[in-house]
Amino acid sequence: MSTATATPAQQTAPAAAAARRPGRLRRLIASPLALTGLVIAAVLVAVALAAPLITPYDPTLPDFDHVLSPPSLSHWLGTDDLGRDQLARVFYGVRASMQVGVLAVVLAFLIGVPLGLVAGYYGRFADTVVSRLTDTMLAFPFLVLAVGLAAVLGPSLLNATIAIGVAQIPAVVRITRAETLRLRHLDYVAATIANGGGDGTVLFRRILPNAAPALIVQATVGIPGAILGEALLSFLGLGVQPPSPSLGVMLSSAQSFIAQAPWMAVFPGLVIVAATLAFNLLGDGLRDVLDPRGGTA
Amino acid sequence: MTPTPSGGPEPVLTVDGLTVSFRSRYGSVQAVDGISYELAPGEVLAVVGESGCGKSVTSMAVLGLLPPTAHTTGSIRFADGRGGTRELLGADERTLGSVRGKEIAMIFQEPMTSLNPVLTVGRQIAEVLRRHQGLNRAQARARAVELLGLVGIPAPDRRVDEYPHQLSGGMRQRVMIAIAVACDPRVLIADEPTTALDVTVQAGILDVLRNLREQLGTAIVLITHDLGVVADIADRVLVMYAGRAVEQGTVQEVFAEPRHPYTRGLLDAVLRPGTRPEGGRLREIPGVVPRLTDSPDVCTFAPRCDRADERCTALRPALDTAAHAAACWHPLAGAAAPAPSEATR
Amino acid sequence: MTVTAAPEAPPVLEIADLTRHYPHAQGTVRAADGVSLTVRRGEVLGLVGESGSGKSTVGRCAVRLDTPTSGTVRINGTDITRLSARRLRPLRKDFHLVFQDPSSSLDPRMTVGDLIAEPLRLHRLAAGAELDARVSRLLQQVGLRLDFADRRPHELSGGQRQRVSIARALSVDPDLLIADEPTSALDVSVQAAVLNLLADLQRDRGFGCLFITHDLAAVEFLANRIAVMYLGQIVELADTADLFADPRHPYTQALLSAAPLPDPAAQRGRERIVLSGDLPSPAAPPPGCRFNTRCPVAVDRCRTEVPPLRTLPGTTRQVSCHLAADS
Repeated sequence: MSTATATPAQQTAPAAAAARRPGRLRRLIASPLALTGLVIAAVLVAVALAAPLITPYDPTLPDFDHVLSPPSLSHWLGTDDLGRDQLARVFYGVRASMQVGVLAVVLAFLIGVPLGLVAGYYGRFADTVVSRLTDTMLAFPFLVLAVGLAAVLGPSLLNATIAIGVAQIPAVVRITRAETLRLRHLDYVAATIANGGGDGTVLFRRILPNAAPALIVQATVGIPGAILGEALLSFLGLGVQPPSPSLGVMLSSAQSFIAQAPWMAVFPGLVIVAATLAFNLLGDGLRDVLDPRGGTA
Repeated sequence: MTPTPSGGPEPVLTVDGLTVSFRSRYGSVQAVDGISYELAPGEVLAVVGESGCGKSVTSMAVLGLLPPTAHTTGSIRFADGRGGTRELLGADERTLGSVRGKEIAMIFQEPMTSLNPVLTVGRQIAEVLRRHQGLNRAQARARAVELLGLVGIPAPDRRVDEYPHQLSGGMRQRVMIAIAVACDPRVLIADEPTTALDVTVQAGILDVLRNLREQLGTAIVLITHDLGVVADIADRVLVMYAGRAVEQGTVQEVFAEPRHPYTRGLLDAVLRPGTRPEGGRLREIPGVVPRLTDSPDVCTFAPRCDRADERCTALRPALDTAAHAAACWHPLAGAAAPAPSEATR
Repeated sequence: MTVTAAPEAPPVLEIADLTRHYPHAQGTVRAADGVSLTVRRGEVLGLVGESGSGKSTVGRCAVRLDTPTSGTVRINGTDITRLSARRLRPLRKDFHLVFQDPSSSLDPRMTVGDLIAEPLRLHRLAAGAELDARVSRLLQQVGLRLDFADRRPHELSGGQRQRVSIARALSVDPDLLIADEPTSALDVSVQAAVLNLLADLQRDRGFGCLFITHDLAAVEFLANRIAVMYLGQIVELADTADLFADPRHPYTQALLSAAPLPDPAAQRGRERIVLSGDLPSPAAPPPGCRFNTRCPVAVDRCRTEVPPLRTLPGTTRQVSCHLAADS
């Protein structure tokens, strides 16, 4: 009756044991795109941390003997109009970008997550206030808002970070609020209330940990946004102040020499593209891996 | 290889040694392992089993609706009643298209997800009629009204212009049945058609299915976990456990004298309205259903069975499809089984 | 099990004239409309109804996961209807809830041990070695191996998850357990095991239980008394044996006759009452008796005059039907 082939009986495993899934990291690196993102992002972070150790030149010290020299063995990425080593400046630029990226996202989360939790969990008046506020902020495009804030605060790296962080708050509030609204109605949150849990327990032990996957994805997408924002603000003279290096500052000064010294624009530009791409790919990969629905198969 | 039950007419649907396995990055699953059955014209065959036993996968295979990760062997033959027989397993889309919805139709558990929310129910029925039967707009509408009447929808000439969200769950399931039988199929596969419905609504849907069989002679494969529904409407029963058929017979035979210990266990575990179980306790089946990654040469129920011995863990029992039979080395003798007391009402 | 709890046993849950209305586009949805019931210590009261009957709303209001529009809910005599969340929290150890779907009522990130320990921790009833010992004992009582404590819900079968859910609900030894369709998401053979477990635990521990379900057979197995709900109201309330032997409300009669018997001979031989029409919208219930649009025996009076829920003389049975005879 059966066409099936006979095989040993040991293969019958209980459902529970077979349902264990491979680790999240392993599933993340199984995707070539996510792995690419992870590797580039890791290299950028390493460069940012190790910039002072791995570059032989001072990024701010002019060297008028080697002005606008093209890439060579001594200056791999060439030099700029003041003879500064472009590689050193790119490394320090990455350092500035990552600093802004991470700090701005941290700032946005420190303010945005509590607001989103309160709006989503308590609803009513709190929700109305928070939602109106974020809607108003969202009416301005992200970069316009950041530029406006930076202009008001005055040009400096710290102020650029604050401006970018504040500009990211509405997105963080939105996603936190949406996750809170979704989770608030789940049975296991109701169960914790029924078990005698107060608001603190519910918010920080149930809702926040279960919203974490979405928030982590939001953070990875927020970092490239902040890097771009820093580049733009510095390009406009509202961020990092010369002679300190930053990818935006470098692009800004490359403008006048685009014909004679294209390398001044190309390398910082490529790094911005790579950083943006890397974090976006990583975010997409994390989204797939952290989604509990996709993960139970 | 499989004789026709009770030597009746040529079966409309013959499933022969069907196996379905799914392979994925995280391992393989043997979902269906050697299922064979025959469906006679106008017959209601109930395929019974608990979740994950492969009863739905079996019917998806019949309509070629399995995902590409499925690996199948065996044979599924459809007889059109005009002398032609078509092999459906591994058939091309053209062959399947000529059968699906026209000769073999299917209804699902959740009618809301199968209906298009932006079209009136009349449009959705008419669409099928115009595509498969070439009716014009007016004819299709008239037939749609007729079909809605057939499935017991009151005031069908008014309901035909309503949208799915305006109907109750039971009415939507009736609409699904109307769409399914629009082309007068020889076979209707009903996958848990009443599971999402309340009992008072369920009774009406079962009446509709019974009518179809009587008025149109449609053969029905009823996939369900509900033994009450089986007792109500089925002619024959195929009991599945962990991807395999473990018992088959007429509904009277299987309920009165279950041969397989699993069938016995299911019948003992089920609650009977109007009856108190002996000793105030329900019988349980100990253990859990195994998840099969291949096709072991054993009885897969043996770990949960109190009749199991070495033979059960050494050799796979076959299922005789000729008459009431169980795939069991130690089948229960007919009358010896202590049947629960009769309904008190 | 079959012995009815002594009527003098103290009530653990008293619901009086509970209504819960929700605003809705088509008017007010009257999910529960004047429901009164009492669950005594040691008693299982079955609350039966079909979807849209409001039975789950009553359950959620009873444990204050939802707040009634009007009416009162008393637990052990204390009115909890309007208590603030803060004042309510310490009282929550007295009543607990088992949800329908164990896969959604258990936090996927927690281990079974932590899930069961949660109420004990939140009420600060045990800690350290004592907590571990109590969790072990609870695992044992619900028939799970001790090593399950370190597993997560997705590693368990549906039946095992529901056992975890029950262990969690009983960890603080509540006086009242509200079980909302605890077996509906489970397979037949698993259902039997979970019902047996609930029956055993209830007998051993003597808590009062409000058992909410659409499954008549399950409620007959477990309950001492049964309340039948239709469209937000209780239409009949009687001892289990009486209700099954002699249902008085036409809706109860239809419900009993619609549940198919798992016995082909009996099922095909019996006469069934098939209800016509659909459940009316709870936003626009019909005037008079709410069941009149589907009732096979309705008369003119049923369409205009609301039948009160009255106790039939000389019995404990309550029925809301003009046509139910007194004897």
